[in-house]
Amino acid sequence: MNPFTYTEPVTIDETLATLTRYGEEAKLIAGGTGLINLMKQRLVNPGYLVGLRRLSELAKISFDRGLRIGALCTHRALETSPLVREHAPLLAEACRHVATVRIRTMATIGGAVAHADPNQDLPPALIALDARVKLRSPKGEREVPIDQFFTGYYETVMQPDEMVTELAIAPAPPASGYAFLKFLPQTADDYATVGVAAMVAIDRGRVAGVRVALGAAGSTPIRARVVESALRGQEPTPRRLADAAAMVADIVDPIADFRGSAEYKRDMAVVFVRRALAQAVARAQAGGRGA
Amino acid sequence: MRNIQMQVNGKAVAREVPDQRLLVDFLRYDLGLTGTKEGCSVGVCGACTVLLDGQPVSSCIVLAVMAEGCEITTIEGLAEGDRLHPLQQAFIEYGGFQCGICTPGQIMASKALLDANPHPTREQIREWMMGNLCRCTGYYKIIESIQAAAEGKTGP
Repeated sequence: MNPFTYTEPVTIDETLATLTRYGEEAKLIAGGTGLINLMKQRLVNPGYLVGLRRLSELAKISFDRGLRIGALCTHRALETSPLVREHAPLLAEACRHVATVRIRTMATIGGAVAHADPNQDLPPALIALDARVKLRSPKGEREVPIDQFFTGYYETVMQPDEMVTELAIAPAPPASGYAFLKFLPQTADDYATVGVAAMVAIDRGRVAGVRVALGAAGSTPIRARVVESALRGQEPTPRRLADAAAMVADIVDPIADFRGSAEYKRDMAVVFVRRALAQAVARAQAGGRGA
Repeated sequence: MRNIQMQVNGKAVAREVPDQRLLVDFLRYDLGLTGTKEGCSVGVCGACTVLLDGQPVSSCIVLAVMAEGCEITTIEGLAEGDRLHPLQQAFIEYGGFQCGICTPGQIMASKALLDANPHPTREQIREWMMGNLCRCTGYYKIIESIQAAAEGKTGP
């Protein structure tokens, strides 16, 4: 690791002032599980590292017309939070499947979003949940829908003077079900070969709402809008789910690696979208959400 | 350079370290606590597992400055005098290790498990310990050791 200067502000304003002062030279660090490895490989070489752990106001989870999750909440905190399990079981389940408990102890939701690794699990889960990312800079605050947040491999819409402060998740509609499937042909702590998150709401036997997102399937997490529009207003028969899932093959762009060839991953994207839709529909029909 | 202080195995320690010092190096080289081993250096293998405020972490991807003011527990902090911790005793009695390189990490990870869940099922042990790699035992003996410690089946 190259040398750097570590600072640890105690307020958000002080953090933003530090970020503004050092610009692109500075990097924020929360749990560090992503950044430290990039720094060890000298892929990222910040002159200033700004530690966030003293900002305890960003480590809270609350429910106020929706879930509000502070950016510094760890995966482990979300996985074990009764509020998250009740209002966004999809997110709790996605967190449980991230790496190992040692990583989940340190890694934060704000970090997972800002890091923008397209192979990670939380971004597709948050897209399926229609989350909004709250960003703050010295100029003020703004909210970005998460499906407009990721722009490329490790790239987001964030400006150098902005930080993630909160993730907001609206309540799930009635009679909705979720699914989170992570295809892991190698080890349980691996990145997904393909990951799928889905939410389906059923009203009078038809699909009233649906969101489907994939991880490890391209240079960003992918929202499968084409699948969603094929299903909206339809009866969710196995045939319709399969036909809609097949459309995902045209929008994924996986890369070949030791987890499989690009062709294999494209095929598996179809299979796992189909399974995720079936599971989400079954849960919605059984009475909603976690049922 | 920064002055940092923390509680390590119940004792207050203070050292001046470069900002980029990793926790595993701080423990091994600044404090001489070489029980903690470094394996993969990328947070995957679990050899460097220590407890940070009671939670298991990979000390190879934590900066020492980020543990400032925290409580760290390493393998050296488990025995009370000559009396081994029940997990240490169980790993000996039930063959939970062979070459030993992964053992400090295995025991610290299993301590965190039993602190959070004193009577885990076999499945819960497997899931929790999944990230601590061992290339000798085939894992069965590690799981048996943890079960034995949880059930108090160790010692004379």
